[in-house]
Amino acid sequence: MKWRDPLILVFLIVILWQVLYALIGDVALRSPATTAHNLGTLLSDPRFLPHINETAIAFAQGFAIAVVVGLLIGVPLGAARFAGEVAEPILVALYSIPKVTLYPVILLIFGIGMPAKVAFGAIHGIVPISIFAMNAVRNINPTHLRTARVMRMSFLDLTLKILLPAALPEIATGIRVGFSLALIGTLLGEMFGSQRGLGHLLMQAMSLHNIERILALTLLLVVFAAGINALLLALDRRLHARA
Amino acid sequence: MSHVALRGVTRVYPGKTPVHALGPLDLELAQGEFFAVVGASFSGKSTLLDVMAGLAPPSSGQVFFEEKQVQGVPDGIGVVFQEDASFPWLTVHDNIAFGLRRTGAPEAEVAAQVGYAIEFMGLKEFARAYPAQLSGGMRQRVCIARTLVLKPRLILLDEPFGALDQQTRLLMGDELLRLWRETGATILLITHSLDEAAMLADRVGVMSARPGRFLELIATGWPRGRDSTIVASESFGKLTSRIWTLLRGESLRAMGHA
Amino acid sequence: MRNAFIVRIAIVVVAVGLLELLCRLGVIPSFTMIPPSAMAQSLWSLLASGRFSHDIAATLANVGIAIVAAMLAGVALGTALQGWPAARRTLDPLFATYYAVPMYAFYPLLIVIFGMSDFPQIAIGFLLAVMAVIINTLNGLDRVPAVLLKTARVHGLGFVQEAFHVRLPYAAPYVFTGFKLAVAYSFIGVIGAEFITSSRGIGYEISFAYNNFDNPVMYAMILFILLLVITVNMSLHAWERRLLSRRRRA
Repeated sequence: MKWRDPLILVFLIVILWQVLYALIGDVALRSPATTAHNLGTLLSDPRFLPHINETAIAFAQGFAIAVVVGLLIGVPLGAARFAGEVAEPILVALYSIPKVTLYPVILLIFGIGMPAKVAFGAIHGIVPISIFAMNAVRNINPTHLRTARVMRMSFLDLTLKILLPAALPEIATGIRVGFSLALIGTLLGEMFGSQRGLGHLLMQAMSLHNIERILALTLLLVVFAAGINALLLALDRRLHARA
Repeated sequence: MSHVALRGVTRVYPGKTPVHALGPLDLELAQGEFFAVVGASFSGKSTLLDVMAGLAPPSSGQVFFEEKQVQGVPDGIGVVFQEDASFPWLTVHDNIAFGLRRTGAPEAEVAAQVGYAIEFMGLKEFARAYPAQLSGGMRQRVCIARTLVLKPRLILLDEPFGALDQQTRLLMGDELLRLWRETGATILLITHSLDEAAMLADRVGVMSARPGRFLELIATGWPRGRDSTIVASESFGKLTSRIWTLLRGESLRAMGHA
Repeated sequence: MRNAFIVRIAIVVVAVGLLELLCRLGVIPSFTMIPPSAMAQSLWSLLASGRFSHDIAATLANVGIAIVAAMLAGVALGTALQGWPAARRTLDPLFATYYAVPMYAFYPLLIVIFGMSDFPQIAIGFLLAVMAVIINTLNGLDRVPAVLLKTARVHGLGFVQEAFHVRLPYAAPYVFTGFKLAVAYSFIGVIGAEFITSSRGIGYEISFAYNNFDNPVMYAMILFILLLVITVNMSLHAWERRLLSRRRRA
């Protein structure tokens, strides 16, 4: 049951793609088969590797910063009731603005290049991670804390054995969402202002009207993002089921 | 000529392990009769209501309303459910007007009828309020008013006063009797309260444990103009003890199964 | 509750004040950022002169179209899927993975297919928004209590009437949550797309100003978008809370 539905879905999407290709034609599209082939060619091209590297490194760093900063913001806000109450609407407001609007500011601060990309990814990831972390800590059952006091647990013990396991599922969800958003942020930054990386290649392909490359890159990005998310989701569900 | 007739009706819920909830049972209700069904928990009382109203088809047997076989919910039937069925997005007034507005009646008439129902059910101060602002009992009154205003010829009530305390239940019982006399409708009331059944009904159907069948149909013999004061009479006490004697064994059995 | 509000305002005021101070003192150089007061001034004069009126109008129109399309399609699809459990189950992985996919990656493809018009931007906004509407519509419809559906049958309502008169009204607050998200996502999608590449719109003008080292104009427009989006989203959030509070027990 679990594997059948996603497979059917993928199958349907491929069929839909094929139908669109039949309707639109080579002027603006390529078939799924051709695209898969092109992607394979692209991945084995040595000139392509530095671009994947660029995006991967930028994303990894941005994501790492997002996790660390997000937790550093979210956990204390969850623990300190009033601070959390004050901060929550601010965080929610930040979550819903088009962060793209801040890109020029970041470029002005960091200049064009890797640091700016890392910053793009980071700002996209920090907000959801901190919101989820805050809620995770806030919603820890106070009875657990009282139990720990009765059992005279040390602070370290309390944190490792009670707080962390209790908050972990929700924090994991936040990290999963942060992962996806940091990726989107990194990519978006590369599309807007960069000379290297997958996002840049995509824009370059567009200006050159290189349909095959556009499709190959889009396919790569979609499959990667969806695939990792599916894995993280499975992990997420496992953690929540235990809780 | 009966108003409602059930002949050889059973109801089995399908599924991996089918549940034989009701029957086989026969029942005939006369026009304008007040009939109460009392029984052990899970005895299939609500199923009886579903089948009679046309909300669920009988697995075997037939259901007749006004001489015609029931398929789907027939015109002229009103139902008051156990759970709160008021529409939370409408005011009390609009809730009650809901069914009436759909008949295409002119707004002036709708207002008049709804106004009358609101007065009748004692909801006047709350006409513009939303159900979320009312207590459980008041919301049930809204549901009753909503049913009443359509002037149904058969009214089915499933534990309508379930959430209320005893005194309120007695008073609501009086209201129900008043409604019955005003509309002249046939009423089927499902209740787990022996007192309520004994006080309100012309006949009481005592239902067995699942699969629900009638152990006995007891005629109460009350005059039409009765109210809750009959609770103090001697014959009331005899009636309730007779019902309880019948039910006791069934309740024990139901608890053993539940 | 009021205390938190006051503290929040204070924090924002302090943050902006700090920024103002750092800019004026030259700690933050003017080619990086101009003081908030200068941003506000620039915005005011731009709005007064009407220089970007047609850009603002274009962006808002595109956002509006994306929202309306997302609401219509989202509610319709959500209602349809609610009545077709098999399809819903098959699409479930899509719901779960949808927002992880970089929707902007489709933008170049859309431009190649449809050309450099407004449509690709609207499409991105629509694609981001529609899923939120579908998910929340489904959530609301799932919660309709069985007793209300029975009541609908007793009143003789057919399938379509039941959907319009009972199920959707019950689900309305949840559909409104979807609407709130649709607005936020439409802004994000359209403006993001305008940034990447476009021929007009607020995002385009910000990008243009950046490339021309025109900080006063750029920051004015950034401020405009931030204020607009925050105001709209907060208003919708407050409205949503009011709608849900009327239903407290439902």
